[in-house]
Amino acid sequence: MKSWDAIVIGGGHNGLVNACYLQRAGLDVLVVEKNGWVGGAATSRELTPGFLYSNCSYVCSLFRPEIMRDLELPRFGLQVIAYEGGAVFTRDGDYLANYRDHDAHRREFARFSRRDAEAYDRYARDVTRQCRFIQPLLMRTAPDPTSFRPRDLGELLYLGKKFAGLSAEEMALTLRFWTMSISDFLDEYFETDVVKANFALSGIIGTALGPMSPGTAYVLLHHYMGEVDGSVGAWGYARGGMGAVTQALAASFEASGGTIRTGAEVDHVTIRRGKARGVVLASGEEIHGKLVVSNADVKRTFLKLVEERELPDIFLRRVRNFRIRGSSGKVNIALDSLPEFPALPKDSPVYRGDMHFTDSMERMERAYDDWKAGRWSADPFLDMVIPTTLDPTMAPSGKHFMSCFVQYAPPKVNGGDWTDADRDGFAESVIAQISDYSPGFRNRIVHMEVRTPREIEAEVGLTEGNIFQGELTFDQLLFNRPVPGYAQYRSPVAGLYMCGSSTHPGGGVMGAPGRNAAAEILSDLAKPTKHMSPAHDVI
Amino acid sequence: MNQQPAIAPSTARAAAQSHFRTLRPGTPFQPRIDALARTNDWYNWAGYRAPHSLWDEELEYFAIRSQAALFDISPMTKYRVEGPDAEAFLNRITLRDVAKLKPGRVHYTAWCDDEGFVLDDGTLFRLSPTRFRLCSQERHLPWLLDSAIGFEVIVEEETEAVAGLALQGPTSFAVLRDAGFADVERLKIFDIAEFPHDGSSQGTSRVTISRTGFTGDLGYELFVPAEHALSLWDRLMLAGELRGIRAIGYAALNRARLEAGLIVANADFVTAVHAVRPNRLRMPDEIGLGFMIDFDKGHFNGRRAIVSARAKKRLRHVLVGLEIEGNIPAEHAMVYYRKSQEVGLVSAAMWSPMAKRNIAIASLARPFGDTIVDDLWVEIYAMRELQYQKLMKRAKVVPRPFIKLDRRTANPPADF
Repeated sequence: MKSWDAIVIGGGHNGLVNACYLQRAGLDVLVVEKNGWVGGAATSRELTPGFLYSNCSYVCSLFRPEIMRDLELPRFGLQVIAYEGGAVFTRDGDYLANYRDHDAHRREFARFSRRDAEAYDRYARDVTRQCRFIQPLLMRTAPDPTSFRPRDLGELLYLGKKFAGLSAEEMALTLRFWTMSISDFLDEYFETDVVKANFALSGIIGTALGPMSPGTAYVLLHHYMGEVDGSVGAWGYARGGMGAVTQALAASFEASGGTIRTGAEVDHVTIRRGKARGVVLASGEEIHGKLVVSNADVKRTFLKLVEERELPDIFLRRVRNFRIRGSSGKVNIALDSLPEFPALPKDSPVYRGDMHFTDSMERMERAYDDWKAGRWSADPFLDMVIPTTLDPTMAPSGKHFMSCFVQYAPPKVNGGDWTDADRDGFAESVIAQISDYSPGFRNRIVHMEVRTPREIEAEVGLTEGNIFQGELTFDQLLFNRPVPGYAQYRSPVAGLYMCGSSTHPGGGVMGAPGRNAAAEILSDLAKPTKHMSPAHDVI
Repeated sequence: MNQQPAIAPSTARAAAQSHFRTLRPGTPFQPRIDALARTNDWYNWAGYRAPHSLWDEELEYFAIRSQAALFDISPMTKYRVEGPDAEAFLNRITLRDVAKLKPGRVHYTAWCDDEGFVLDDGTLFRLSPTRFRLCSQERHLPWLLDSAIGFEVIVEEETEAVAGLALQGPTSFAVLRDAGFADVERLKIFDIAEFPHDGSSQGTSRVTISRTGFTGDLGYELFVPAEHALSLWDRLMLAGELRGIRAIGYAALNRARLEAGLIVANADFVTAVHAVRPNRLRMPDEIGLGFMIDFDKGHFNGRRAIVSARAKKRLRHVLVGLEIEGNIPAEHAMVYYRKSQEVGLVSAAMWSPMAKRNIAIASLARPFGDTIVDDLWVEIYAMRELQYQKLMKRAKVVPRPFIKLDRRTANPPADF
């Protein structure tokens, strides 16, 4: 019977990135995917005729350009269209926009506060300094501080040197940044509520924490480390929806000789004498592999696909306690025409960017209060985009696809499982909020897909529907991601690796976990890694 | 269902939405400048569409030195600082002693953050005992407001409300006199006075004229409420017709300022709020502004850090004027010691028509430029028809300004 050099469980973007790098190193790689399509949380699905839905992730910025280059993704069809900005609508019929142009940005903020408008430069400087510190770490395996291997010591030294290169003031800021709340952080720069709410949303996205919870400042930083084709900090739409990312990866993988099997759900990893030997599918079919790489999150991998007795108890306890809480959902809508927002001038670039309705820190925190009480937010926080304003390929002419990321949505409603009635109530909170700013919005709806944590877990496989495969708080980052001692993509089971966003550096359609995991695997196999570009310079 | 009660809309705020359609708005003088802009050569000055040149970069420079040049300085950031504690407040935040600045006078000053790193340099106009105008390249409102806590003082940004013009050159005095600004000859260098304009001797349309400038030449700066900007422009252009008055762009001014040895924030040094790389931060002593520091006046922002850096000899850089052999400008050239050790960078350079020398401003790592001033060289990469002509030229540290014109300070000013 055939034995693959590597079997990758899950055809999400990280699984495919990992598979691509392994295949290009000369391994014979099989990707097994439970759904009838690849993509994981980066998909484009035609859920109603003529409309492509980016029904999970919906915007692109963090995907590492080094990976795009190595895997020739532009050649395989990936094109990212940058958008110009976005806005928070305010309850007085106005909005606060974010424009890419520095002076337009200042003038816009000055409409609300001249002081805060001029405070942006210092804020941008401090955030940039922190990004410059962290960005080079994204494409490196985190050092293991308990190890005395020369490489770990070298990496620790690198980290230490970078940290020591900071001024005393910056070190203090770095430590604060990694631990403080986004609300407290923004208070150091801004005074106006809507200005703070505008920035705070990047700190709570995908995180079961409120803007006043410690640790949320880092989440904001995570979202500032991207680019679109070299335009630093820009966000964009993948042409054809987010599935274009994984379609390009799949095409690249197959072009290099890799094999993908869809509709092949893994039941468990076969382990003999402490070593992974392959997988058994839900159908009962056994597939042999010399090593197994899991793109699934750390809980799904070790609590569902691996037998508990194969794992050390402390590792198991830490995996169980890994915070990967459900906090958000998606409402994806096909529209028969472009919605109007009377607050926005008709020629505003905001229509093409991300739109929000939470104009105060208190509303944001109150939305989180509902989550703590086990309910979806009555007044949710939305990150809403209409990618068809820039990408005509996703909907019939004149019609539009709208993606609403919705927070907060608890993993369980009042302690019980989500019901269909709950799901409809959750959707109604979203439609009602949009309708408050866009009269007649309901009448434009052609089709709608509502995904609570229940649907995201069942369909995509993300535990509790957590978009990052685990929260991005400092206790779960770097050498503690996913759990201490196992931050280098290896697991307690020999030959079983992790490559999903549960691992360093985390989620956000970045591709870095998949790539870094491939580097570790190839190093264990003593295979060359010349086909892997080094991380871009930060000078 | 989920909405909180609506708040009454702000009409003024909503009216300002349309700025997104014009990313580089013009200044109050724009109609006149547009009419003269034959090169259509614009640059972005603090978010405004400003001319880099208007008709001929070189001849515009000569207008400064031989005639009268009119340069729109409206995009310069302007803050009104007013109140009984205005002097004490400004003394607390800037380097020089504001008590020594009499009403009706201007001084060039700078200000630092708590670590003693320069936030910006600029000019401080004392318009009355309790009213000041602070002009600068960068924006500082949050810092000014935060620093004002505990002082009885109002800080207000007035960049858009106040239009500004620099009138520079040997005939500038004659232009002003002919334009009817009576007694303008009484203004000595750094003096300020108010003059009637648009038929009003009082109130809002008056012009504030100071004998200041950024060229090292005889010259004046005029400030007027934005709605009276065009009539002021016309008044000057009409009066200056026979005195060779010309509108100019920044390229010409930049040459003149370099000959005058003046530095530009974020060109010759990086301001503290914009320095992403901490080793780019500079103390006043490191950019040639140490002379401003007045330790006799009590505490001011950054004082402790500056005292400590001086005592511990932790001043790592020095900004110097260089005279370079030959005639090829050394813009952004590296500076070497003994042709091999890299010791600094040229931030501005030109062949000076006035000094007839090849001049430059450079930042060097001490002790070079400080105690070691011999055997300094610059490596000039001159791109000529797609090839670098590499030149290693000897550089001599020389005092700034590179030119000193008697007419700049002559009293009464000469009638050219």
